[in-house]
Amino acid sequence: MIVLQALVNGLVSGTLLAVPAIGFTAMFAVLRFPNFSVSGVATLGAFAGYLAYGAGLQMAGSLAVAFIVAGAAGLFFDKVAHLPLVKQGALPAAIASIATGLVLENVVRLGFGNEPRGYDRPIARDVYLGDIRVSPQQLETMALALALMLAVFTALAFTRIGKAMRASADNPELAALKGIRPERIAMMASFVGMGLVGVGGMLFGLDSSIDPLTGTRILLSIFAAAVLGGLGSAPGAVLGAFLIGMAEELSVLVVGSQYRAAVGFVAILLVLTLRPRGLLGERAF
Amino acid sequence: MLSYLLFIATVGGVYGLLALSLNLIWGGAGMVNLGLAGFFAVGAYASALLTTAGHAPIAAGWLLALLAGGLAGLIVTLSTTRLREDYLAIVTLGFAEVVRLMAANEIWLTRGADGISGIPGPWKRALGQDFNAVYFLIVVGALMVVFFVVRRIDRAPYGRALRAIREDAQVAQVAGKSVLRFKTEAFALSAAIAGLAGALYGHFTSYIAPDLFLPLITVYIFLAVASGGTGRPAGALLGAYMVMTLLESSRFFVEWIPAVTAVQRAALKELLIALALIVVLRLKPSGVLPERIPPAPRAAPGGTS
Repeated sequence: MIVLQALVNGLVSGTLLAVPAIGFTAMFAVLRFPNFSVSGVATLGAFAGYLAYGAGLQMAGSLAVAFIVAGAAGLFFDKVAHLPLVKQGALPAAIASIATGLVLENVVRLGFGNEPRGYDRPIARDVYLGDIRVSPQQLETMALALALMLAVFTALAFTRIGKAMRASADNPELAALKGIRPERIAMMASFVGMGLVGVGGMLFGLDSSIDPLTGTRILLSIFAAAVLGGLGSAPGAVLGAFLIGMAEELSVLVVGSQYRAAVGFVAILLVLTLRPRGLLGERAF
Repeated sequence: MLSYLLFIATVGGVYGLLALSLNLIWGGAGMVNLGLAGFFAVGAYASALLTTAGHAPIAAGWLLALLAGGLAGLIVTLSTTRLREDYLAIVTLGFAEVVRLMAANEIWLTRGADGISGIPGPWKRALGQDFNAVYFLIVVGALMVVFFVVRRIDRAPYGRALRAIREDAQVAQVAGKSVLRFKTEAFALSAAIAGLAGALYGHFTSYIAPDLFLPLITVYIFLAVASGGTGRPAGALLGAYMVMTLLESSRFFVEWIPAVTAVQRAALKELLIALALIVVLRLKPSGVLPERIPPAPRAAPGGTS
């Protein structure tokens, strides 16, 4: 029974994790460097959403604010700091992205301090399905996350820009030959990718509380989900997120909650040793 | 004042060791180690535990720190070296996080968040006031040894092979260099140096705790190597002292800004370091002392190298 409850909890946190993991992996597919500033951007999104929610916006509206603010920050930093460095290789850009993540984290710290803050959501009684307990709030955040993911996949599958993005991720030269402008695709990837990361930060904040390290705490899980599914693969990121979410919850039963964050690292090592291209390979979609 | 300067110079020397360690793989082989703080911590804890709980002599602790750092480096690279650099970045970052988690939670071994205090310093009681000065000389000695080792590597055929791998691993492989072996060895050696730096740090301050090994240290060292000059040991060393100067002067600088809390002051300092790293990478990626690539020696008649 405890195991079943852990699996359900894992399903919930996996759904939340899938959102930033898709964002991270999509950026990797198009921009070709691991963007470590997801930690700072997730924090920024969480605080932007917090302010919007405090100002009286609905949950969906607050998430939209988190998306736009985080996306804009991602676009800005890619433009001024990361992408100019990608020409020298993925490493300089990755290193710069650590610095930009740190910048965002500390801008938030300057404004809000280190104390944790909670979104003031109405309190609701837990729902029991048999012996499994879920809170209506968890269900709400899960539904929002699922809706957002559905929107992303629909856009990738059916819209012009979505198809262009996939084409560009698969083979940039060929896509450019077909008249797809790579800079526009890159900008789109920066904005949407980091927007998703920002929403992810807020979704995790809704479940507990937020502080400047909110993003840093989910960083390894995001990486693990993306690497597990195959770096650059959006469906892989979703699969990876569910697996990591459940593995993290199960690990709490075995080694206690303090090693939750290590699960992602162990998963990354295992995948890289046994199946280096991830479960679904590195194809974008 | 003098003891303050000595303290800064010693910690700067420890950062210098870390910078040499990073430069060996980043400048040398084009690999990255975002978990430098983790290897630093492994060395610090290994030596501290052996000398406090194990009552072993300090020199044994330092030796163990070297070995533990190198071993940790091997473990991390074994699963990732044949893979791409971006994976190594993610794995090393995760490694540092896990080391910190273990240091904070394996209380039976590391005393958790309380940290380990009373780490012995060499001849500390006998030296009294002069301890800082003597320890500074010890760190300088370690720096010199490591400096000459890495510079020797830099100029030897081994270093050229590493650089070849950095420029184009495929070509190096075709030329008969075992890329995997070179990368693994270089990373392990680099991690061992970081471990030694950790031990030197712990025995100097006599206290270590998980919170001293934040990822921020890794950012300091990247700033040091990038600003000093990637691919040149002297540049890395110079960079370490430049970062130390920036850190200390920023402390005075933020004191000047009125009406900021301690948390905000710390945030400003981190902000400054992060911005400095971005600016250096964008504007002067070759650093103050750019890499000099010595001409390859002419092959002796009939020689093969």
